[in-house]
Amino acid sequence: MTDQSVHQSESFAFTPENIERAQAAIAKYPAGCQASAVMPLLDLAQRQNGGWIPRAAMDLIADMLEMPPIRVYEVATFYTMYNLEPIGKHHVQVCTNLPCWLRGSDQIMGTCRKVLGIGNGETSDDGLFTLTEVECLGACVNAPMMQIGDDYYEDLDADSTESVLSVLKGGGKPNPGSQTGRKSCEPAGGLTSLTELETVKAKE
Amino acid sequence: MLRDKDRIFTNIYGLNDPFLSGARARGDWDGTKELLAKGRDWIVEEIKSSGLRGRGGAGFSTGLKWSFMPKEFAGRPHYLVINADEGEPGTCKDREIMRHDPHKLVEGALVASFAMGAHATYCYVRGEFFRETEALQRAVDEAYDAGLIGKNACGSGWDFDFYIHRGAGAYICGEETALIESLEGKKGMPRLKPPFPANVGLYGCPTTVNNVESIAVAPEILRRGSGWFANLGRPNNTGTKLFNISGHVENPCTVEEEMGIPLKELIEKHAGGVRGGWKNLLAIVPGGASVPVLPKSICDTVLMDFDSLREVKSGLGTAAVMVMDQSADIVKAISRLSYFYMHESCGQCTPCREGTGWLSRMMDRMVVGSAITEEIDLLEEVTRQIEGHTICALGDAAAWPVQGLIRHFRPEIEKRIAEYQASNVTAAA
Repeated sequence: MTDQSVHQSESFAFTPENIERAQAAIAKYPAGCQASAVMPLLDLAQRQNGGWIPRAAMDLIADMLEMPPIRVYEVATFYTMYNLEPIGKHHVQVCTNLPCWLRGSDQIMGTCRKVLGIGNGETSDDGLFTLTEVECLGACVNAPMMQIGDDYYEDLDADSTESVLSVLKGGGKPNPGSQTGRKSCEPAGGLTSLTELETVKAKE
Repeated sequence: MLRDKDRIFTNIYGLNDPFLSGARARGDWDGTKELLAKGRDWIVEEIKSSGLRGRGGAGFSTGLKWSFMPKEFAGRPHYLVINADEGEPGTCKDREIMRHDPHKLVEGALVASFAMGAHATYCYVRGEFFRETEALQRAVDEAYDAGLIGKNACGSGWDFDFYIHRGAGAYICGEETALIESLEGKKGMPRLKPPFPANVGLYGCPTTVNNVESIAVAPEILRRGSGWFANLGRPNNTGTKLFNISGHVENPCTVEEEMGIPLKELIEKHAGGVRGGWKNLLAIVPGGASVPVLPKSICDTVLMDFDSLREVKSGLGTAAVMVMDQSADIVKAISRLSYFYMHESCGQCTPCREGTGWLSRMMDRMVVGSAITEEIDLLEEVTRQIEGHTICALGDAAAWPVQGLIRHFRPEIEKRIAEYQASNVTAAA
């Protein structure tokens, strides 16, 4: 399941805050259906543990949800967002699916390789960055784009990609969203719809 | 052309307040109690007669789907599950609804749940949409605080809860039964049907799974009347639709337009046209990665709706329009999609698990022409061995883009094979 060379800690415990969050997650599902909370609990464990889920956390979750451990391992290995080995502080995920590729994702990936000095699937020596090529992230009219942590960086080119990564390297927080100044998914050339809605605006 | 007064998503770009006060100013939550007071049957009938067809890709009548839920309670709760696992390449519409018009989704969930006798909705949002989930959760919290949902929602006497469940990066969970499996805490592997979810769905209970957009348009249809919606678009292809226009256009964008708008008009009016002009167009994938590509000659005249695109052997799908100009490597483009399906196959059915790998590997060779001409027929044969031989539609979705490529661009594939063979002969000599 996991890479045998990954150093696994002996035990794992949720922080008191995360125990509360876990209980809130379990409470979303009907009594007896607590297994539904396996995904939110794996996510909590990953966030608490610096971006990856150790075996001990899966065992704890199995215990909390009264599931056989194998069922938790199955879920943890099925979904790509669960990392089962240590990962860089910033997980840079570049979409290379068709809409992003048509608008230059090869160049974005190339820039990431160059700036970070690592290839696809690799982590930088300082542990700051992991670079991954990923499938469609669902921001196709803002292509090309990448996700870092919980945020999307959109409408990228080589320069803006480099600048986002430089800010992160310097310990800063780059502005997420469009890097060309678009609000969201509107046409860059000016609105072609929703221009007649004076009544709506007037009411506000 | 569609007028703004007939647009449903009036804050799709997030230019105004997405949350409760802004939503109320746009007309959301207006008279919801009165809509519910008209009863379950009235709601289902209105949605049926509006002609609304599911916006997640399959295009099945939404009202008819709702009517499949048991009329009486047989001791098991009913559930509405909203599919917000948006991951079909090219598609990014539900994202905008969740972050810019989330109250339409929450109100729609209440109305739809009431119509199907459900007291709870689970909204399954793809895990990568973290910020979108935050926005939706904020709208849900606002709706609880305002008494719009929760106990005695909107003063209707109906108790209703809305829960968000985050996915974790599996395209297959957009398939409704895989989504249910995932929601139950398992691997997202599709279930055999029958039994259908309306009888045996989430936790073995009657369940309906609907796309975000299908649910979000429901309250507006009920308020304005099914006739209003049915008069937009064309018969059997009614209403408005969010279109995502990406790729080689001047201004990629999302826009709500009338169903049946000519593809060319859609692109020229809203996306600033194809890069280098319409004459520079090579091909378009009109409805997300799963539907067959169309050459320019068809794009010149085709209308953007379910039936028109089906007539030209493609599909509306999610209405994600991916445009390729003459500079695009069409074989490489489709091979990228083949790689995607290989990556996302859940592995449960052999034809899909093995076949998507075959497709991807053969397509890789077609990109450079390292094949013999007869292999084009073999490639086609592999798609036919997958199509229709799997539990869910992912196998079909993997087959169709390749079939579309062979149908319309076979000479291009043959040319590459000939060039590759010629260059190897030269090298050998």
